[in-house]
Amino acid sequence: MKLLSKLYIALILIFLYAPILVMFIFSFNSAESVWVFEGFSLDWYKELIFNTTMLNALQHTLIIAILSAFISTVLGTAAAIGILQLRKKITKSLVMSVTNIPMMNADIVTGISLMLLFVFFGKLLGLTESLGFFTVLIAHITFNLPYVILSVMPKLQQTDSHLPEAALDLGCTPLQAFFKVVLPSIMPGVFSGFIMAFTLSLDDFVISYFTCGHYQTLPIVIYNMTKKTVTPDAYALSTIIFVAVFVLLILYNTMQNKSERKVAKR
Amino acid sequence: MKRLLSLILVFGMICSFGALLSGCGYTYADLDLRAEYTKEFAGTTLNVYNWGEYISDGSDDSIDTIKEFEHITGIKVNYSTFDSNETMYSQIKNGGVSYDIIIPSDYMIERLINEDMLLKLDTKKITNLDLVDSKYKGLYFDPKDEYTVAYCVGMVGLIYNTKKVKEAPDSWHVLWDKKYKDDILMFNNPRDAFAIAQFMLDQDLNSTNKSDWDKAASLLKKQKKYLQSYVMDEVYGKMETGEAALAPYYAGDFLTMWENNDDLAFVYPKEGTNIFVDSVCIPKNTQNYEAAIMFINFLLEPDIALANAEYIGYASPNTAVVNNENYYYYGNKILYPEEADMPKTQYFHDIDKDIRNYYENLWIDVKLY
Amino acid sequence: MKNSALGRRIIACPYYVWAAIFIIVPLIMIVYYSVTNPSGNITLDNFLLLKKYGKAFLLSITYALISTIVTFFIAYPLSYAMTKLKMSSQRLILMMVIFPMWMNFLIRTYSWISILANTGIINSFLVSLGLEPLKLINTPGAIILGMVYDFLPYMVLPIYTAMSKIDRSLLEASDDLGCNGWQKLKKVIFPLTLPGVVSGITMVFVPSVSTFYISQKLGGNKTMLIGDAIEYLFNIGPDHYNVASTLSLVLMVLILISMAIMNRFTDETDEGVII
Repeated sequence: MKLLSKLYIALILIFLYAPILVMFIFSFNSAESVWVFEGFSLDWYKELIFNTTMLNALQHTLIIAILSAFISTVLGTAAAIGILQLRKKITKSLVMSVTNIPMMNADIVTGISLMLLFVFFGKLLGLTESLGFFTVLIAHITFNLPYVILSVMPKLQQTDSHLPEAALDLGCTPLQAFFKVVLPSIMPGVFSGFIMAFTLSLDDFVISYFTCGHYQTLPIVIYNMTKKTVTPDAYALSTIIFVAVFVLLILYNTMQNKSERKVAKR
Repeated sequence: MKRLLSLILVFGMICSFGALLSGCGYTYADLDLRAEYTKEFAGTTLNVYNWGEYISDGSDDSIDTIKEFEHITGIKVNYSTFDSNETMYSQIKNGGVSYDIIIPSDYMIERLINEDMLLKLDTKKITNLDLVDSKYKGLYFDPKDEYTVAYCVGMVGLIYNTKKVKEAPDSWHVLWDKKYKDDILMFNNPRDAFAIAQFMLDQDLNSTNKSDWDKAASLLKKQKKYLQSYVMDEVYGKMETGEAALAPYYAGDFLTMWENNDDLAFVYPKEGTNIFVDSVCIPKNTQNYEAAIMFINFLLEPDIALANAEYIGYASPNTAVVNNENYYYYGNKILYPEEADMPKTQYFHDIDKDIRNYYENLWIDVKLY
Repeated sequence: MKNSALGRRIIACPYYVWAAIFIIVPLIMIVYYSVTNPSGNITLDNFLLLKKYGKAFLLSITYALISTIVTFFIAYPLSYAMTKLKMSSQRLILMMVIFPMWMNFLIRTYSWISILANTGIINSFLVSLGLEPLKLINTPGAIILGMVYDFLPYMVLPIYTAMSKIDRSLLEASDDLGCNGWQKLKKVIFPLTLPGVVSGITMVFVPSVSTFYISQKLGGNKTMLIGDAIEYLFNIGPDHYNVASTLSLVLMVLILISMAIMNRFTDETDEGVII
């Protein structure tokens, strides 16, 4: 029974990693094909360094991911604090329902609705172009927000509401009370919200597809590539990203383990 | 947490460093230029919107058109691609993005002019204009040559794999042959797909008769069960690896595929075929008109036009290319057929909105069939 | 004291403004476009076209349902098998399941073409063994495989989380009370993991029913799902935005209805799903 379940897990993992393995192998292909392997070479990695389009797109993706994760974390944390203060149950559940919309809705609908809005306002303001850096950023912040709010909120509910009050009584300004008392106790939630926002933004294709204009992010460039012949340099880039994320995750995990041990020691 | 953030930042910086580095690997060609290029507009950005695989990009030791232009003029080129005239139209029409250079096909140019979406070219400044073959001047969509400069010319034909298709086909009918079930590819774009059916039905490609389009649509529906897939540029991979046996596509692209798989062959079917001219134009919402004019002049430069013609593989309207004996496709029979071998051809025209909507909706019916 | 509560309420205001402009207004735009024609006159003609797109809706729902069911039957035993392992291995496997989500899904989907193509990896292998090649790519099966592959982690995550929270003593108690394996699953484990199952199902169903990339790449552009139809309409010109909006609106309503149905199975209301 135990062997069977281990075998099953292994099988699923093979299924999950088969395409990634294919990608990894063919990034070292000496030929231009992504299905016939002709020999080992690092040419595609060299080619990648000269592929300005792809590297620019990578840069755009990272800028958008970092900025949108940061802004949505700030906005979302503030929102979570405020929403919890709402007394009326109806208002609260109404706000939560609206918050959930970008998360529940299909990406394609979110993307299109935002594009219609941007284009409409672009025309209204008489802009020569309405889509670009700011519209992708706004779109990403918008779909990141519910994830941040929903990961901060439970932590806020867990913290003792008397703590900030005590801090105020002891002479803290409200700002000090927030930064010294509330923020440290909800930090894990804020942090996981940030990470989730960063990840979602990094991987988003559909919403960027409708809102990016000239500011093409990596998924958009990859999409355009898969419309013609995909050459292994896309695979090479994915392999590099894969390894980078892998290293980051391992570091994050070991750091988390360490801090957990620290907490345990206390 | 701080460490993770700084890691992300370092990762970002490495990537942007890579982007800076990326200019270094390319060695600039020694270009022999006819026109004068100044650094007058250095630092500005030029947004170019072109078909995929439609400019020489420096691969296989070719000239990188964009890098050369950036190097000479100091203008930063922001290059993006589309895969159908309709996508391009949609992007410009809604005002979401502005471009300074676009390279659409004939019928789309006609529509853009009708809808007042193009700017007239300052032809006095395009000093290389004399290089354009007179055959490609004064075409139906721009009779006074006010808006466009021809970039590439081509015809659609039938590509087949001789290992899988033993008898050389001469008709579009082979794309409906059940012998080749699951081995046939078809255009994933309504205008080109309908054109093939229309040639088989001996119709006018620009018919304004709805029942003509209905008939063509039902022919396309009949074809669907024999198809492997609908493709655009995915056709390269599928034909080169022998994944599929038959595909209609542009002659110039066949030559590129043939380099990678010499089992492939090409024919212009007897029913006739679509001829097209893709031309450079400047949309009305341009933000860098002068630089765009400079870019058009640059594209006409003999060295640049030659590099592009060889990279793209389509017929060139540039006399400096066509008459150059060192041109890789010099005198190529497929690109430049002689009068006698010239297949029957028809141009696409912009059809009125009503009919256009009609066939664009029929295409959905075909896809849903 | 009152001051600080007010302050705390006020700091959510930027978010309320944001949500109003970028969540509510866009939805109003969709509704507005779907009840007008390109020249801006109010009409309900767009809804008459729904009959034409009925097949696309039906296909999308069918594919999404099948792939949701398949992912569930893969993910549930997987989560169960995982909880039987050591804590450290559980963590590792969970990481490995989530990890592919960090990769670009377009590339991951695309590399399935290399595996499934007529001249691809599986078929080359079969041919080298002297067997007949199989028709794998450009079939409904390939599209469903793509959906299952891309969205499996979304199903595993909530189910595993719910399962790992089950108190061991409950299971022991049910053993003591004489439950057999099946009864234990039905009476104890499944009810306790239901919230996880529900959020897993919504998280797989929603992206599956609205996808437009998977069907294009793995289905050879031959199947037009509702996502493909919307994307096609948006790409042929602003004149088609109205019909595309109508389709989006219907898709949205469809998703809301299915979510409402799913939520009846759980008691959680305002918290929503969260990974």
